[in-house]
Amino acid sequence: MPAEFRKVYGLGAEFDSAADILHAAEKIRDSGFKRWDVHTPFPVHGMDQAMGLGKSWLSAPVLVGGTAGFITAALLTMIPSFGLYPIIVHGKPYNFFTTPAFFPIFFELTVLFAAFSAVFAILVMNRLPQWYHPVFNWERFKRVTDDGFFVVVEARDPKFNEAKTREFLESIGGKHVTLIHD
Amino acid sequence: MANGTVSLECPPDLKRVPLVANERKFAWITQAVAEIVEGKTPKWWWLLFLPCSAIALFGLICIGYQISNGVGVWGENHPNGWAWDITNFVFWIGIGHAGTLISAILFLTRQKWRTSINRASEAMTLFAVMCAAIFPGIHVGRVWMAWFLAPVPNANAIWPNFRSPLLWDVFAVSTYFTVSVLFWYVGLVPDLATLRDRAKSRVAQFLYGIFALGWRGSNRHWRHYEMAYLILAGLSTPLVLSVHSIVSFDFATSIMPGWHTTIFPPYFVAGAIFGGFAMVLTILLPARIVYPKLDDMITRQHVDKMAKIILLTGSIVGYAYLMELFIAWYGANPYERAAFWNRAFGWYGWSYWVMMFCNVIAPQIFWVKSFRTNYIVVFIVCQFVNIGMWFERFVIIVTSLAQDFLPSSWGRYSASWVEIWTFIGTFGIFLSLFLLFMRFLPMIAISEVKIVVPEADPHHHPAPKPAPLPPAGELPGAAPQPAS
Repeated sequence: MPAEFRKVYGLGAEFDSAADILHAAEKIRDSGFKRWDVHTPFPVHGMDQAMGLGKSWLSAPVLVGGTAGFITAALLTMIPSFGLYPIIVHGKPYNFFTTPAFFPIFFELTVLFAAFSAVFAILVMNRLPQWYHPVFNWERFKRVTDDGFFVVVEARDPKFNEAKTREFLESIGGKHVTLIHD
Repeated sequence: MANGTVSLECPPDLKRVPLVANERKFAWITQAVAEIVEGKTPKWWWLLFLPCSAIALFGLICIGYQISNGVGVWGENHPNGWAWDITNFVFWIGIGHAGTLISAILFLTRQKWRTSINRASEAMTLFAVMCAAIFPGIHVGRVWMAWFLAPVPNANAIWPNFRSPLLWDVFAVSTYFTVSVLFWYVGLVPDLATLRDRAKSRVAQFLYGIFALGWRGSNRHWRHYEMAYLILAGLSTPLVLSVHSIVSFDFATSIMPGWHTTIFPPYFVAGAIFGGFAMVLTILLPARIVYPKLDDMITRQHVDKMAKIILLTGSIVGYAYLMELFIAWYGANPYERAAFWNRAFGWYGWSYWVMMFCNVIAPQIFWVKSFRTNYIVVFIVCQFVNIGMWFERFVIIVTSLAQDFLPSSWGRYSASWVEIWTFIGTFGIFLSLFLLFMRFLPMIAISEVKIVVPEADPHHHPAPKPAPLPPAGELPGAAPQPAS
């Protein structure tokens, strides 16, 4: 489909360095844009504050996952050992006070479930995998995984205005400002 | 200073050595790492891969032979119910520990030099744990009953004993492997995106694209990604310490003289890191020769630091050896005393002294900086450590079992060809997997190395190029220079 018939996704601008894009992000944040993003080859230190983003709350699902792992381990070891099939070895005790012998399993399953929840949490919170995204239509964007620093302001943003936003991105040092189609 | 200006430059001997040498740019780093994967398969790769995979195949044939004939084809027999099998298991699982130490503990302690070696070390961890996992599986004899290890009621509706350290081991090793895979894959995603964006062929674009999950370097993603990375590092740190502790419980909770000691968990963990770093260097030093560009990322500084860790952990291991001897004497248990006497001077006394020399004496030359930064010396010492750490496990297992309480139940042990070739086969498996990893995945964490380059710091301002001096007479306030 020719470009002019496709929906506009947003405007992209390229910056030269981590320092430039950090300062640009601060200006975009201060001018009130909401639906925009910064794309960099590595996490730029201080970018979360520059974009006005808070601390990631990914630790919350990990806490839930870790707790689930702990409970699973407790049930898995205690129900068979105290109820279903108590195993008496060398005449040693097999009552509730032997619980410390299960601590290694409690620990391992807590870690295992917490690690899985951390990985699932990044996938869910970042909506990955997402193999198609409009930004990939921009030819220059390939350099984002090499040495390119990009800002993309989405057309959905209430403040978005193609001409004005383009002018604004150029005024804060953006280069190759390009209209990205869906 | 001579002309009255004050130099703000730091004196050269106080300057920090940069982690990436020669002031490399981001694009150079991408290129240097990605071209290893993208280039044509070099001849040396085939020259290494074919023999390694042949050895791996022969090792697998030995395993098949052992499974079809029973454990009797090994040299193990009463009283040596454990010997090379568990020695190899502990040896390989220990090697894995260096990878997790580098990826998790050095991350939490903000050791930035880890970034250029973590990917390869984590891969090494995975392959070492795979090799390790073979042995407990096959040493049970009836492999088809290995599922009895799982926490489910077996064919007779009997549950496993959750108080047994052998079952803890199943949980520890399988959790360790799974979490290591997750951590490794999370770290790989941005680099797979790099390979996807550079790929020329459709197949490579498709495969790297699938596994890169559509990563687009979004900062809204990096925010959660960095938190997940931190959490995984935080989870892996106690995990790696727990794994070898639990492996050591297999011994320490028994009543065998020489095994029944509380020093085992810390001593095993230190030994694991010690042996693991030796294996990391064994792999990375040759890799730097075949890929000279890696020199700028894995610098002398890195090798120096790893040698220091080998020196530290080797000395901890040496302390543990001496403390074991002291406690054997001080504890005044005649069996314990006899066990340690036999370790040093019994049937297998030679293996004790091999261990002592390789693990305690050899790394001491790393006190000297010129040895730590000499690649040949480091490589040789690492081979001593690899050998010594294998012998450490052999000494612990075989000397205690062969000569335990009653001389009437003593028995000598020697390995059969099947055991020996199974062990050599695991080296084939390990090296083949590592060679495949080098060929298809970025062996250096591209996005992480970029972070330690000065330009990655948003407050970095490149030093302005000195402006060309105006003609002498026009310098404000300066007297015209006398013509020479």
